[in-house]
Amino acid sequence: MLAEFLQYLFTGITIGATYALIALGFTLIYNASHVINFAQGEFLMIGGMATVSLTAMGVPMVIAVVLAVILAGVLGIALQRFAIAPAKQADVVTLIIITIGASIFIRGIAQVVWGKEYHVMQNFSTDQPIQVFGAVLNSQSLWVLGIGAVMVVALVLFFTKTLIGKAILATSMNKEAARLVGIRTQMVLMLAFMVSALLGSVAGIVVAPITFTSYDIGIILGLKGFVAAAIGGLGSGVGAVVGGLALGIVEAMAAGYISSDYKDAVAFSMILLVLFFMPRGLFGAKVVERV
Amino acid sequence: MLNRFMQSRLRGLVILALILIILPAFLGNPFHYELVIQMAIIAATVVGLNLLVGFAGQISLGHAGFFGLGAYFTGIATGTYGWSSLPALVVGAVVVGTIAWLVGRPILRLKGHYLSMATLAVGFIIAIILNNERAITGGPDGMPVPALDLFGWELSTFGRYSLFGIEISGVQAWYILASVVLLAAVWFALNLIESPIGRALRSVHGSEVAASVVGVDTAKYKSLVFVISAIYASVMGGLYAHFQGFITPAVASFEFSILFITMVVLGGMGSTFGVILGAVVLKLLPQVLADFQELETVMFGLILMLTMIFMPKGLLPTLTAAVSKRMRKKAGGEA
Repeated sequence: MLAEFLQYLFTGITIGATYALIALGFTLIYNASHVINFAQGEFLMIGGMATVSLTAMGVPMVIAVVLAVILAGVLGIALQRFAIAPAKQADVVTLIIITIGASIFIRGIAQVVWGKEYHVMQNFSTDQPIQVFGAVLNSQSLWVLGIGAVMVVALVLFFTKTLIGKAILATSMNKEAARLVGIRTQMVLMLAFMVSALLGSVAGIVVAPITFTSYDIGIILGLKGFVAAAIGGLGSGVGAVVGGLALGIVEAMAAGYISSDYKDAVAFSMILLVLFFMPRGLFGAKVVERV
Repeated sequence: MLNRFMQSRLRGLVILALILIILPAFLGNPFHYELVIQMAIIAATVVGLNLLVGFAGQISLGHAGFFGLGAYFTGIATGTYGWSSLPALVVGAVVVGTIAWLVGRPILRLKGHYLSMATLAVGFIIAIILNNERAITGGPDGMPVPALDLFGWELSTFGRYSLFGIEISGVQAWYILASVVLLAAVWFALNLIESPIGRALRSVHGSEVAASVVGVDTAKYKSLVFVISAIYASVMGGLYAHFQGFITPAVASFEFSILFITMVVLGGMGSTFGVILGAVVLKLLPQVLADFQELETVMFGLILMLTMIFMPKGLLPTLTAAVSKRMRKKAGGEA
């Protein structure tokens, strides 16, 4: 009984931590530019796939990870600089379609470069599972949680302690005012996309040994991250983390106790319930709508 | 006289009708007909979706869910329970419209793009149900759908029919039906836009606050247009099922929803004829890109991005703006 429950809880927290990182990426870009970036999931795919192929070429794991993260970061900057920035006067809806085009484009390239097969990544440390009260804990889960926590702390420090982080916050609060005090908002937007891509790629790399990776994993992972961000209240950082963990846990419990066929329906039912009963999401209440 | 006609709202409809009448001269084989019939049905769906996007300023990321539900309702009612097509289409539309109303009414009270999240969720839930309820829907393998049957008259793509003494094939008969349906869909949309409801809707899009200040019940009108756009999708889904003769849950998939909304934005939000162009372009593109084989996806994404970056208003509005600018220049030069 307890073992079963713990098992589902471990699975849920692990995948939930991944969702949280994706949701944070969404939140960051949404706050900075009001764009819902449908290419967010592709950063995860790039992270995982690049690491797998680099290690297969004989590059040591650590260097492969660093290179993959840098690649995703460059991709994030390029996405903002060459696809979002030129369409300045466009509607938000048009920008969303541009990100959809970008995600199809990135996925297409990945398919040409890496093929359509599933790729397996080695666990970071031992393959030996850990036994906890009869439940089995994959050692990689600890990596996911640990690195997820480090990323969240780093992000908090970045936004509260560094000038660049504060500039991003200022731009997201009021772009015109930020420009008036001398913040180069175009630069800030590029940074926001870069940080978001870094978060995504790290999530993609740490979760790859558990879920495997292929050119098309970005679609569903990106959507789940979006759902997590919406549950937490689109635009709230705390909400993204809580929303991600909540989504992961509820999903794992539903798959375990109810039906794994309807596992994916859980996420989408949750978003409806949240929208009906607390439309601002769990932590979105502080958002003030400007007219 | 001619000028006044050209400016009337019937102009576009007449041009569309002429294109549909002339088009068969260029259609060589049944495959071409099939493609154009699919285009017409999908175009009619996005004309409905455009009412929501262009005139209520809301986007739906789950319209394929409504389309797919309409398709499966028709398929199951006619195939499994032996209903006639017309009641199946009507009851399907009522069911889908009710779902849209239940979802839209509470959510459209809120500001922002919450409807996009809700429709995304509803679309996914519908697709997941269609995939999993194998006993009713056939699951991922799909299910066959009988031919369209109106008042005991059966329209099958394999049949042969006679029209004013001319013998035509099943696909040609379907082409006529799809053309009439598309024209009716456009006609209804144009009339809705010019009606008091349409004016209220445009005011909502212009400034929701201003609209509510002058007494427009914005939430009511937005839910109404959402329901109408869902009914469009449901009816077209039902026709699509009859035409294809076989449906799979792919008709309700997220990818299909994205395709619908992309057609609207690419063609030109708010422009009824623009979104038809969007449907035609996006339906033709894979045919053209098939030559690129594995680069097909890359090219598709690239074209989508570039078009939206350089023509953010969409294809038709950008083109007509360019043409009228040119004409004004010409007129200025002569004077």
